[in-house]
Amino acid sequence: MKHYTIPRVVTKLLLPLILLFALYVQFHGDYGPGGGFQAGVIFGAGFILYALIYGLDKARRLMPPQVLRVGVSLGVLIYAGVGLLGLLLGGQYLDYNVLDSHDPAHGQHLGILLVELGVGITVSSVMVTIFYAFAGRGR
Amino acid sequence: MQILGHFNYWIFIILMMCGFYMVIASDNLIKKLVGLGIFQTSVFILYISMGKITGGTAPIVIDKAVVYSNPLPHVLILTAIVVGVATTSLGLALVVRIQEAYGTIEADEILAQDRDDSL
Amino acid sequence: MIAHLPALQVVIPLVSAPLCALLPAGRPAWLAAMTASWLAFLIAALLLYQVLAHGPISYLMGGWPVPWGIEYRVDALNAYMLLIVAAIGAIVASFGRTVVEQRLSLPVNKHPWFYTAYLLCLTGLLGITVTGDAFNVFVFLEISALSSYALISVGRDRRALVAAYQYLVMGTVGATFILIGIGLLYVMTGTLNMGDLAARLPAVSGTRTVRAAFAFLTVGTAIKLALFPLHLWLPNAYAYAPSPVAAFLAATATKVAIYVMLRFFFTVFGVQFSFETMQLDKILLPLSLVGIVSASLVAIFQTNVKRMLAYSSVAQIGYMMLGVSLVSVAGLTASISHLFNHALIKGSLFMALGCVSYRVGAARLERMAGVGRSMPWTMGAFVIGGLSLIGVPLTAGFVSKWYLIVGALEKGWWPVAVLVLATSLLAVVYIWRVVEVAYFKPAPEGLKVREAPLALLIPTWALALANLYFGLDTSLNAGVARLAAQGLLGGAP
Repeated sequence: MKHYTIPRVVTKLLLPLILLFALYVQFHGDYGPGGGFQAGVIFGAGFILYALIYGLDKARRLMPPQVLRVGVSLGVLIYAGVGLLGLLLGGQYLDYNVLDSHDPAHGQHLGILLVELGVGITVSSVMVTIFYAFAGRGR
Repeated sequence: MQILGHFNYWIFIILMMCGFYMVIASDNLIKKLVGLGIFQTSVFILYISMGKITGGTAPIVIDKAVVYSNPLPHVLILTAIVVGVATTSLGLALVVRIQEAYGTIEADEILAQDRDDSL
Repeated sequence: MIAHLPALQVVIPLVSAPLCALLPAGRPAWLAAMTASWLAFLIAALLLYQVLAHGPISYLMGGWPVPWGIEYRVDALNAYMLLIVAAIGAIVASFGRTVVEQRLSLPVNKHPWFYTAYLLCLTGLLGITVTGDAFNVFVFLEISALSSYALISVGRDRRALVAAYQYLVMGTVGATFILIGIGLLYVMTGTLNMGDLAARLPAVSGTRTVRAAFAFLTVGTAIKLALFPLHLWLPNAYAYAPSPVAAFLAATATKVAIYVMLRFFFTVFGVQFSFETMQLDKILLPLSLVGIVSASLVAIFQTNVKRMLAYSSVAQIGYMMLGVSLVSVAGLTASISHLFNHALIKGSLFMALGCVSYRVGAARLERMAGVGRSMPWTMGAFVIGGLSLIGVPLTAGFVSKWYLIVGALEKGWWPVAVLVLATSLLAVVYIWRVVEVAYFKPAPEGLKVREAPLALLIPTWALALANLYFGLDTSLNAGVARLAAQGLLGGAP
């Protein structure tokens, strides 16, 4: 893709917007349409676009596979950790009400935010990992 | 009008059968996966269309709306979409490794090679 | 913490799976997997004890009341299934580390992912069993299925890849059918909680939608549990998977699918709808009989012993479905106790074969000549498992065959009882072929075969001895199965 100037420039222009939109979908997910799955896919798609245009090696430098490996696991651990936290604070598993002892509604808000963050991290890491696995095969 | 009124179910059934036919009839492992994808997607349509309520708005709290569409099927099917993505990528990964091991992704050629092995 | 056991049952393997992926290859990842699976076994044992002492347990996820939230509901049948899955999971995880890893077609740095997939598979199977929410069943079904495709594909034979691919296509079709069935039920009732579904379904049970849902669920679960003639994915998947994976899947995955079928037929749809309105027993009975006979005959002609055991699994699934189609307490007791006994039998047989193929290189019949003398302990465990498979008295396999015959005679179906006895003779034939080659054929010249290492023998013998123990003390395998059967026939759990 070295000689194609237009896709390279357009990618550079679009990339911040894509990532920003992913973050918007992620953190607006508790009040509007959105959430971790969608945001994770959009975030991962940004990296995949970068890898398609600038090559796998550059993408791997930007987002190393070791980081992705941690990301894949970390998201699940955040999700399950929030659930266990609710359990330790005296509620049921994944009970967000107990996360804030004064205001259960705020607890719900906090809980869903953290859980969706975990989902987002895992989904975006998995998407990029799958892309690396296929693109890097047979090289 | 009864038949046209259920057009979402007709689309679901037609897509499902197209996908299912591809899974059964094609010999190429990737085409089988494409069929499997269509087959799964048809179920997404079944779920999403069943949540629609005539005259209902998107399930977001706003002042004017009284009737909301049912958001639960959408949430359920989000999970199934993720499952579909996982299935497709796992299937494609297997096809890549089958291609590396056998040098072909045609089901009948793979079978023929296996038969030679066991003789 | 005791009150949270139903959630922890699923959460502990679920949390350990990503932890395994982060740990370095070798001992740490294996230790994490083993600790998690033994903890899951401990929890399952505690749950069974609690259910037997105090009755069914209901756990509300996130504190949301039924039917809005997801409910985890444990009654005698669930608790019994959880114990089977967790026990096999723990014993298979203890199967010698270095030996197992040596037989994988994975580079060493990817070995932790094997344990991740294993724990995810365990999570999925435990989740299907513990949950009381119909859609949750589908989610956990796919978690366990996707990880089991990955587990099968790491076998060293390249045919493992094709087997995993075939299983993936069949399994996805089956799971999607189940998804359609659940969707149609939701359309008619507006609920996904199993108890609530059971309460609301009778009002709409005359509609075509509910009947279509019933058909989709039947075919979907039949693919998943490998009921004849939908069993074609199973023999290759078990034959080319690594031995511990084959032992784990043969002992748990199809059993859990049978559990799903029982749950939907008896608890959700109810006995009256499933067996009187839809007359399901009239379909299940011939299919299971043909399955038993044909799969047993095919098993006799296999030269790959793992494939032989896989076909024998299809036949054994036929026995379980035969018990279901009797629709009586004795028949269901036979089915449910055979879930337990067959898990012990196939677990010990596949693990003994794992020991053999570790030493002689392959599980082919001609390679096993003389191993009876060079590997006496391994083949001893194989023979005990084989006797139990045949259903010789004083072994676990006898218990379920006994109830099956009693159930058939209760109904006056003596030809069925005769057929059960006759097909046991077919099992004698295929087990005898292995025993004959292993004990009475001289080992090939110059081939030195040593006994399997202790790390493999201990878990194998644990299961083999369990076969003998539960043949004598039937309070757990038959006693609890009877309770579960009465629970299923008595209406809602």
